[in-house]
Amino acid sequence: MRIPLSWLREFAAVPAGATAEDVMAELVKVGFEEEAVHRPADALQGPVVVGQVLSLVKEPQSNGKTINWCQVRVVPEGQQQTLTGDGIDPSGVQGIICGAHNFVEGDKVVVTLPGAVLPGDFRISARKTYGHLSAGMIASVRELGIGEDHDGILVLSRIGLDPEIGTDAMELLDLYDQAAEINVTPDRGYAFSIRGVAREYAHATGTTFTDPASRVQAPAELSGGYGVKLNDDAPIYGKAGCDRFVARTVRGIDATRPTPPWMSSRLRLAGIRSISLPVDISNYVMLELGQPLHFYDQDKLSGEIVVRRAVTGEKLKTLDGKERTLDVEDLLITDGSGPIGVAGVMGGAATEVSDATSTILIEAAHFEEVSIARSRRRHKLPSEASKRFERGVDWHVAHVAAQRAVDLLVELAGGTAAAEGTDVGTAPDAVAVELPAAFAAERIGIDFTEDQILTSLKDLGAVVETTDGGYSVTAPSWRTDLETKEDLSEEIARLVGYDKIPATLPVAPPGRGLTRVQQQRRRLVQALADAGLTEVLAYPFVSKAANDTFGVPAAGTERKALKLANPISEEHGYLRTSILPGLIEVAKRNHSRGFRDLALFETGLVFLPGATLGTSTIPPLGAKPSEDVLDALYDGVPEQPLYLAAVLTGHDSPAAPAHTPRAWDWADALDIARLAGDVLGVELVVGQGQHQAFHPGRAAQLALRSGEVVGYAGELHPKLLAAHDMPARSVALELNVDALFDAAADVIVARHISSYPVATQDVALVVAADVAADEVLAALRGGAGELLEEVSLFDVYAGKGIEEGKKSLAFNLRFRADDRTLTADEASAARDSAVAAAHERFGAVQR
Amino acid sequence: MTETLPGAAVPNPLDEAAITAAVDQAVAAIAAASTLDELKAVRLAHAGEKSALSLANREIGGLPKDQKAAAGKLMGASRGRVNKALADRTVELEAENDARILVEETVDVTAAPRRRRAGARHPLSTLQDRVADIFVGMGWEIAEGPEVESEWFNFDALNFKPDHPAREMQDTFFVEPPEAHLLMRTHTSPVQVRSMLEREVPIYVLCPGKVFRTDELDATHTPVFHQFEGLAIDKRLSMADLRGTLEHFARQMFGDEAQIRLRPNYFPFTEPSAELDIWHPGAKGGPRWIEWGGCGMVNPNVLRAAGIDPDVYSGFAFGMGIERTLMFRNEVGDMRDMIEGDVRFSEHFGMEI
Repeated sequence: MRIPLSWLREFAAVPAGATAEDVMAELVKVGFEEEAVHRPADALQGPVVVGQVLSLVKEPQSNGKTINWCQVRVVPEGQQQTLTGDGIDPSGVQGIICGAHNFVEGDKVVVTLPGAVLPGDFRISARKTYGHLSAGMIASVRELGIGEDHDGILVLSRIGLDPEIGTDAMELLDLYDQAAEINVTPDRGYAFSIRGVAREYAHATGTTFTDPASRVQAPAELSGGYGVKLNDDAPIYGKAGCDRFVARTVRGIDATRPTPPWMSSRLRLAGIRSISLPVDISNYVMLELGQPLHFYDQDKLSGEIVVRRAVTGEKLKTLDGKERTLDVEDLLITDGSGPIGVAGVMGGAATEVSDATSTILIEAAHFEEVSIARSRRRHKLPSEASKRFERGVDWHVAHVAAQRAVDLLVELAGGTAAAEGTDVGTAPDAVAVELPAAFAAERIGIDFTEDQILTSLKDLGAVVETTDGGYSVTAPSWRTDLETKEDLSEEIARLVGYDKIPATLPVAPPGRGLTRVQQQRRRLVQALADAGLTEVLAYPFVSKAANDTFGVPAAGTERKALKLANPISEEHGYLRTSILPGLIEVAKRNHSRGFRDLALFETGLVFLPGATLGTSTIPPLGAKPSEDVLDALYDGVPEQPLYLAAVLTGHDSPAAPAHTPRAWDWADALDIARLAGDVLGVELVVGQGQHQAFHPGRAAQLALRSGEVVGYAGELHPKLLAAHDMPARSVALELNVDALFDAAADVIVARHISSYPVATQDVALVVAADVAADEVLAALRGGAGELLEEVSLFDVYAGKGIEEGKKSLAFNLRFRADDRTLTADEASAARDSAVAAAHERFGAVQR
Repeated sequence: MTETLPGAAVPNPLDEAAITAAVDQAVAAIAAASTLDELKAVRLAHAGEKSALSLANREIGGLPKDQKAAAGKLMGASRGRVNKALADRTVELEAENDARILVEETVDVTAAPRRRRAGARHPLSTLQDRVADIFVGMGWEIAEGPEVESEWFNFDALNFKPDHPAREMQDTFFVEPPEAHLLMRTHTSPVQVRSMLEREVPIYVLCPGKVFRTDELDATHTPVFHQFEGLAIDKRLSMADLRGTLEHFARQMFGDEAQIRLRPNYFPFTEPSAELDIWHPGAKGGPRWIEWGGCGMVNPNVLRAAGIDPDVYSGFAFGMGIERTLMFRNEVGDMRDMIEGDVRFSEHFGMEI
């Protein structure tokens, strides 16, 4: 909401020298955030004066244009020019070249004299042009920054002005006024008006406030006016869509009269464009009192007005020229011809006020918030009117606003007010809120005095009765947001000042610290960073193709994923089922910035929709749903496990003297996955893996001991890398770390440490080339018996000396007993037994 | 190498002058030896079997008995001098040699390679941990929840009326199909609701996490960002308790000089509500108040939605943006730096913030 200061001053005592900044600094105390300052004089600086065109000589130019060589008097005849400076003629008459042709000798115009600065830092000076010294400019409204029209210069008589020559045109056009723009929270509809903000300014400063509504002499009762029926047969939430409709008629208006500058200036500062006098008046009254109005050309209406819901198939051409198909929930203003407006949102084109209009029917109605909000959303028609109705308008101001509009149409448009009028509808019951005496003090923490409570509430406009143990408070009609004792406590605190709230530190009961999973997650992230990886946080929005590639091992399978109804970009319209697509994007971005050697990781949620998706209904607010309903809400939320992914490209370290960097390879990916397992104390079972995103021969499938597959690690598929413009041989891994957290042991049971000597044995086993080393190792472990302490693979060899299609695996076996020193025979026997097991399973032969 | 010095005659072991001359010659040669190899040659020449002194010594056997003692004494002393000179010079040359080897092994330590890459945490993640630690230190617990939520948890349970403008102002990402009433949470407040439903009162929890709004990415907006929200439900909690908690937290984060300010505001889930500003003495362009977040006393409708009796319990809640905190605490000028994953951004912070 933008508040022109001149307007605010009409109703609240704003100090003479106060700026928009000063006003904002006061309003912020009562809860209106500062947004911006609008001050035309920041962009437009004088001298800008009223001049009269004494003579005008048309001079055709060789380029086909005709320019006017004008003599313009800028100082009243017989007076001295008091301004001095380059290009200011002491005679008081300026010679000016003007290209516009919409004026004649004798017209009074706005002259920007040499030394003036126009919006856009356009500096005016005397300059030679078309063979003359042009000393100034005759300005258009656009050049002055007060309108769009650039077809000609501003002729003051056409906006109803006949000022003295030499008058400060900025003063004349109200360009020294300024506006404070504040943010109004959605609960405070009343503050979308000068009336509401002036009252708040008075709260903030303690100054006096005059209610603009009190200045209007509105008749208490109206009758005999235009016929209006309220006929809502489908109220939303049981509340009638329209509970008041005031209609007033003004006859014999001249719709073509200019809007006076004081009005257009205030509208402009308030952010509303001047359109025509009737439209400007309706906007002006809305801004002043908060009551949106609609003006009809009464001669275009046929029969009585009925406010009702739309019927299926009804259509309306709205003011913006668009044909709209109406919804049965839309609240309509209709007459004998059918719909003539979507209530509170936008009027119809057929009954619009035009230049030819002579009789205006003013509508000042009160519409229900939800109905307006839904129509506005449905038709995507945000308007100043709907904004106010959605947030709540004062029921009791409608007839006042109608009268104010009548008065302005009479005063400015030359109309005559009809004595009769219409006012139908029923005022909502005023509800008293019980405020226990001590409640506000307990809730806020300030020991409010009774005087503070009473004064605050009465300042708001509330009616307060003292009751047994407290107060019975009836909120003012414009404060539909004050419904509970908490609301009232906030108002008391707000007016006394939030800065008066003391600070006390409540003590929480002894806590449990971080949960196990929270600790596991931290350890994991820290371990990866410690291992040299860089943590990044990518967006979870991905393409369908990315989910179908990374989210599912088998190619050609569609990945079930969540789709956003309103994504930022259609291309990234899905929620990730894998972290990798985002990481690859990040890797590419780094490549494009010159960083080729990368080790990136991210931990984050992925979104895995199951069979049930959400709930078809939502329980109402303000009450705990039943256990069944709650269970359905919980169950409807898709599974979102925490995943870890990493992408490594290029080399492990920068090249340096006496140091050869190593290119990351598939084993690094696997190693990092294993590190993740290690820091969580979970063993990952590695198997040859098949995943469409990975190299078919260089990917590991990672599983828990239970057999549950929890991820993949290895080299990314060469075609995929090429398609993504990623370096060849880039490697990656992805793990469901929630599954790892679950698999971690609750308590780790200690193992006995034997201090007897170790007996080591090496064996080299020849097996078929396609046998997995890890499985041979598992066979050795199984066959070696309980004397085996550890077995590890230390070499793989194929080539000379080994039969084609076979390979040799060299293992180191460490034996130790808990209770004695092993003999060489015992160790050898255990080894033989291990080898026998490998032989049995894989035909392994000792070399 | 066993020959005597050329032209040197065998001196008489009784000829003290000749012997002394030979000794002097030997000592001079020892002193002149500049390497261990040279010293080895000198040793052969002056103390070897065929050196003048050795040969003279051998002459003693052929002397008359009465001269043997004198000759023995002279030769013993003379050879002793030479041997000592040799030993001393050996120690000297060995020390010089050792020192030279060390000098020769000198490397340019400034050219040392970085063999291991230094990893880095994302500062948003580090900051989130830091915030959590402060509250855990106060006895609070950390609560978490899903990022795709039921509309009820995100809005209705938090007292957002279905058609109220406040709901629209949340710029929500909705999940298809609309009939499922699923969305990407617009704040971490649904975790507060879940906490109230799942825990026993009193409740003191902090809910950090990712949230989503349909803002285009620019220098100050991002559709995905992080928040932390606090919730305390207990008997007789007041706005003074809220202020005290926020003040304590602000001082933990920004030092003992930190100040906060509350301004009236509106949120559907709190009543009264306040905007929280923090005094930033080190702000670019001079000290000023910076908007940090929102807070207030939990709206009774929110307590009712979780089955908590608002006549018995009251509570407060607050929420701040982690990006915003990082922006003014660590002078991050552009939101995009936090989002794009440029490794320079995280690596500059390393493991710290």
